[in-house]
Amino acid sequence: MNETAFGATELDRFRATFFEECAELIADMEARLAGVATHVVDAEELNAIFRAVHSIKAGAGAFGLKRLVGFSHGFEALLDCLRSGRLVQDDRISHVLVRGGDVLAALVDEAQGRGELAANFGSDVSEEMLALLDDGSCAAQDAVRPTPAVAQPDTVAAPGLTHYRIRFRPLAELFRHANEPLLLIREMKRIGTLATCCDLSALPGLDALEPEDAYLAWTFDLITDKSLATVTEIFEFVDTDCTLQIEAIADAAASPNAAAASAADAASGKAPPPPASHPDKAKGAAGHGASVHAVPTEPAAGQTAPTQASPGRLPAAGRAGSASASIRVDLARIDRLVNTVGELVITQAMLAQQLTDEGNIAARILRGHEDLAQLTRELQECVMAIRMQPVKSVFQRMPRLVREIAAKLGKEVELVMRGEQTEVDKTVIEELADPLTHMIRNAIDHGIEDPATRAAEGKPAIGRIELSAAHVGSNILIHVADDGAGIQREKLLKKAIERGIVPPNVDFEDSEIDELIFAPGFSTAQVVTDVSGRGVGMDVVRRNVNALGGRILVQSTPGRGTRFTLIIPLTLAVLDGMVVAVGDEKYILPLTSIVESYRPDRHTVCTLAGGGQVAAVRGEYVRLVYLWKVFSVPNAVTEPWNGLVVLVETASGGKIGVVVDELIGQQQVVIKSLQENFDPVAGISGATILGNGRVALIIDIEQLPTLGDRRRRQWLDEAAANREQRETASLPLALTG
Amino acid sequence: MRTNEDLPNPALTAASAIAAAVGEAPNRTVQFISFRVGDQQFAIDIMAVREIKGWTDTTTLPNQPEYLLGVLNLRGTIVPIYDLRCRFGLGLTTATRAHVVIIVSLMDRIIGLLVDAVSDIITIKSSEIRPVPEMDRATATDYLCGLISIGDSMVVLLSLETLFAQSTQMDTSTLAA
Repeated sequence: MNETAFGATELDRFRATFFEECAELIADMEARLAGVATHVVDAEELNAIFRAVHSIKAGAGAFGLKRLVGFSHGFEALLDCLRSGRLVQDDRISHVLVRGGDVLAALVDEAQGRGELAANFGSDVSEEMLALLDDGSCAAQDAVRPTPAVAQPDTVAAPGLTHYRIRFRPLAELFRHANEPLLLIREMKRIGTLATCCDLSALPGLDALEPEDAYLAWTFDLITDKSLATVTEIFEFVDTDCTLQIEAIADAAASPNAAAASAADAASGKAPPPPASHPDKAKGAAGHGASVHAVPTEPAAGQTAPTQASPGRLPAAGRAGSASASIRVDLARIDRLVNTVGELVITQAMLAQQLTDEGNIAARILRGHEDLAQLTRELQECVMAIRMQPVKSVFQRMPRLVREIAAKLGKEVELVMRGEQTEVDKTVIEELADPLTHMIRNAIDHGIEDPATRAAEGKPAIGRIELSAAHVGSNILIHVADDGAGIQREKLLKKAIERGIVPPNVDFEDSEIDELIFAPGFSTAQVVTDVSGRGVGMDVVRRNVNALGGRILVQSTPGRGTRFTLIIPLTLAVLDGMVVAVGDEKYILPLTSIVESYRPDRHTVCTLAGGGQVAAVRGEYVRLVYLWKVFSVPNAVTEPWNGLVVLVETASGGKIGVVVDELIGQQQVVIKSLQENFDPVAGISGATILGNGRVALIIDIEQLPTLGDRRRRQWLDEAAANREQRETASLPLALTG
Repeated sequence: MRTNEDLPNPALTAASAIAAAVGEAPNRTVQFISFRVGDQQFAIDIMAVREIKGWTDTTTLPNQPEYLLGVLNLRGTIVPIYDLRCRFGLGLTTATRAHVVIIVSLMDRIIGLLVDAVSDIITIKSSEIRPVPEMDRATATDYLCGLISIGDSMVVLLSLETLFAQSTQMDTSTLAA
């Protein structure tokens, strides 16, 4: 394919597409392989895996990626043996399949220029595959040895020549799918002696001729020493675009001239007679060497006589299903759609407000408007749903990661995943990959102990990591839990003090110490391994999660394990917010952070030395942050007992009381970027447009404590410098939030 | 997402256009929009102007310089609005419905400038632009990039890039404090 005169850039584009497809295929393959270890895969799954490997091989061949072709060839052969039942899946095979998937993925990465692999990488798996194929006595004629020479996979010749009659009738759209019969004919000619008879009967007059349709049909008589599988393979990529019948007629003695006779059949439009040699008879007949691979892939097909229908190597349902169930759409287009619908929602809200203001005159219009509102909301939900995808696409990368890291560290780890089908916005999914990779890596490296230690502690030798996802309200909740040693608080604290992250001689609560793992720039691994422990870690994870508007929490029990909880909004485009008033301004507080709101009694609010204020809430003291103070808003209610305290929870699990004038109401808002035309503003995560057309700012809960600190520090500077010390002492904790 | 993608190249903003006009092609015809702030006439490159609209209330952004009046909703885009009078150090404008906001695209961003009134479109040869005389150091006049005589009055050409490049620096310094 690459010999045609494509420009370099076009070739690059094809390459990019190929790797994009590879990524999807591998993801799909890994998802299916994940089940291999625990149960026997059924025919459909095997076919899907086979399809993935085969497509990668075919593409790799086109781009001259010999190593990839070599490996996938052997892999494919093994899968083929499994499909045809010549091998039965056992533990050894399951193992090889899983490892084969890993190697294939690594090879694709390498081909893409991501990292170098050792020259013999994967050769052990290849050899194992060969050994299996030999065991299965299907050291087949055509598809075993991973020979580097791509073009000639068939090094072992079958004895004698076979005469195949091939009736090939393309569907009209053949050319539109970029197929070219000439190439097929050339390919057949390459492998044997070919007699061709072309059927022009379908060719219409010039007036009715569609230049892009295929009208010609052919009957070929091919005499070759290759197996039926090889011949079928030539038609592999056209098999959905044609009716194809391949039959092995007899020995090579038969004359190619027979083509003329069968062409007459074809021309008269009659179905050709049943083939002389029944492929499914060939299945059992070992002596029929050349047709061993002729068995159609679907068991059902083997019981019926070959029909005019395409004997596609893959079940038609599988292929057609995936083709029609989804389309590829440029993400930018969806973004535009989402934005436009967002505008629509705002306009509709504006209209509603204006109509309400008009009073009675508008009563009838108002009723129609309610329908509009309903439809708008529905439309918005539909559009948002387009962007939703199951987290599976991220989750399924994890088993390989776990295997690789566990192998590298000499630990045994089992990964249990739940809720892969939970859907979340595409942008969120992309941003999830890094944090999850990081946490799982950490869990294996720092969490799970080596088998000896585990045995000594009376735990099962195989460590267990649980990765689960679930919807909770408008958030997705992701848990990463291990049953390892848990956070070693003493060591952690010692290190934090060494690095000057926290001051010595201060009593911390356990949860506060656990929080330290999110402090920038440290790692508690005693040995810096090549897996983790380079000092970039959980702080980056927290930052990534916060950037998604989410929160990350950690719970740890010494000796029992650590559990991370990620709470991430389902989408970055809309947010359930509480509109609050402060002075003349209105702000949005993310509803998910709000715990409760109440009007405090005067005597529950106390001022601490240094100017900070706290309020007692059911025996707990929470710090008060006055929005009017941190945002310098005039005309606001200054006393919390005259206004309201909204209790919000920050990512670190801490609570703060946000002092506002009043609550206006709950509303779903479309998030607008402030940074498109302006610089980031401290304490503000974005903006939205209210029903009256005015902009309202969305408050960044995570930044509120530090905002308070900054202003508080300014006052402290003026007041007493020696108190400063203690303030900054507690600062790193807050800063990580 | 970005609404300014389909607009004329934002690189063609005031300063570069003027520099090009003054320096290279002395007889090229150039166009400016002139407006009034206080009793002074200013002008900016017409290519930078997106639209002109009446004043509407803005939403205040917390802890920002005084001359940043806040943001407003321009058909779904959040646009910051600057008070030019205040930016020149002449005090805050008490904005009324009679005041005008000029929406300009500047360095890939869309911003709005609050002025007292828009006056005219000035079409002149670039050779008619006079350089600004050297001022004493206390007066920061980098953002004044030329003078034009219209009849017996004077119009000051503004380089918005310089004006707002400075303000951005100031913003970050306030934030860092």
